[in-house]
Amino acid sequence: MSFSNAVAVAGVGETDYSRDSGRTELALSLQAIGAALDDAGIAAAEVDGLMKWFVDTSSEAEVAVNLGIPDLAWFGEINQAGNVGAPLVAHAAAAIHAGLANTIVIYRGVNGRSGRRYGRGDVTGQGGRGAGAFTEPFGLLTPQHGLAMSARRRMFETGVTSRQFGQQAVIQRKHANRNPRATFHDRPLTLEDHQESRLIVDPFHLFDCCLESDGGGALVLTRPELARERRLDRPLALIRAAAQSGPGQSSPVRRTAARLFAMGGVERSDIDVVQIYDHFGPFVLFALEDYGFVEDAGHFVEDGGTMWDSGKLPVNTSGGHLSEVYLQGMNHLIEGVRQARGESTSQVPNAQLSFVDTGIGTGAVILERSEA
Amino acid sequence: MSGWTFERPPALPLPQPSEESAPFWEALKERRLVVQRCAACGAISHPPRAKCGSCGAMEFVWQESEGRGEVHSYVITHQAVHPALRGYTPFATVEVALDEGVHITSNLIDTPPEQVAIGQRVQVEFLDVGEGVVLPVFRRRRGK
Ligand SMILES: [Zn+2]
Repeated sequence: MSFSNAVAVAGVGETDYSRDSGRTELALSLQAIGAALDDAGIAAAEVDGLMKWFVDTSSEAEVAVNLGIPDLAWFGEINQAGNVGAPLVAHAAAAIHAGLANTIVIYRGVNGRSGRRYGRGDVTGQGGRGAGAFTEPFGLLTPQHGLAMSARRRMFETGVTSRQFGQQAVIQRKHANRNPRATFHDRPLTLEDHQESRLIVDPFHLFDCCLESDGGGALVLTRPELARERRLDRPLALIRAAAQSGPGQSSPVRRTAARLFAMGGVERSDIDVVQIYDHFGPFVLFALEDYGFVEDAGHFVEDGGTMWDSGKLPVNTSGGHLSEVYLQGMNHLIEGVRQARGESTSQVPNAQLSFVDTGIGTGAVILERSEA
Repeated sequence: MSGWTFERPPALPLPQPSEESAPFWEALKERRLVVQRCAACGAISHPPRAKCGSCGAMEFVWQESEGRGEVHSYVITHQAVHPALRGYTPFATVEVALDEGVHITSNLIDTPPEQVAIGQRVQVEFLDVGEGVVLPVFRRRRGK
């Protein structure tokens, strides 16, 4: 089973990124959708599907009314945390492939810094209920607490070091310094800065942690033939493969990887550029190993292996969550599309296959460049 | 070890038992740490679940744990990323691998954060936090 390249990401768009947008989350969503539709050359009235991050507040109904969508044939969310970007792409692509809709917009808009803050447990706290009964009373209160627990164990088992985590943070900052949209566009970072930055939740230093951001982003998925009718005279990003691994599964990265590379009919070594969900930078290294890209990510990163220009496998070329913006995978998908179209600010020359993980195994896609 | 005692931040949430987990919290009031044991295949589960992960049976018995295990991993909160931890940092949370084979999240009541280490052998204790709630916590164990 595959999508046979029957679905394209025809447009991407985003708002400005900030710490205080001064706009509603609905306004951010609509602004990002407008930019993505312009990018695709598609009118709002042609959209017949909407999908959103479950944690977002702007409903499909509100967005449909505001866009003036006359006939919404497909809508939906995935009830998970922030890690649903690629799964949403998979659902939308499956719907288009099956003929349930033609043009689906995936969107989000969040005041994640000035409003409800993920890092403080505002969105994810359970008040001691459900699974939280067994963690929150003991001080595991936010997503990063559970992730720090598994990162500490991984350091113990593999010997990967905080310095090596820092090398990846430095490389991503170099990418952000080349990206005018990035929150940290103007701020360099050294390995010493990383190592001397305060511990937030040990083993995470400040610069291992994602940003908290206000902003929005959107993707327009449609049939390649519909996209080509617009004669935009530039490459398309086709969905070569998509895969997910359900919540609570052990080794989600390995499971997703097996399905993804089988569907795409490609090898790890065929991938030209990689985006990985970096809620916390150390997980980029863990995922590089678990997806099978490298055996020893610590040394790979130390040797500059993930740099956009000189590395063997460029990773998080827009700066990622650490240095561009925390849009929970939306920015990784946008950057993955730009790489496939040759439009990144840290463009990997002749990138054909662009890989995007949006949740350390919950989901990933392979995008393929297709000439206009 | 003198000079350091565990102080539980009073604003931390208290457990809200569900139908499945209520017997676990009830047993703690009698100073017993219990884990779910599948009545059909004997597999041990924690946290409690509705259906055995090994054989699919839905009947369980509650087995008293020896309360022994080792520190599998830990985190130390240095910055009060959640308001409940304000004034109580650095604060250590541990994941204990019980000898029965399941993992439990807890705190060490006799070990300052900077001395917490993976592999440390530990033994359960019971911490009465008021309002009829007793939490399972751990202290270091000499020998195995
Ligand atoms: Zn069983």
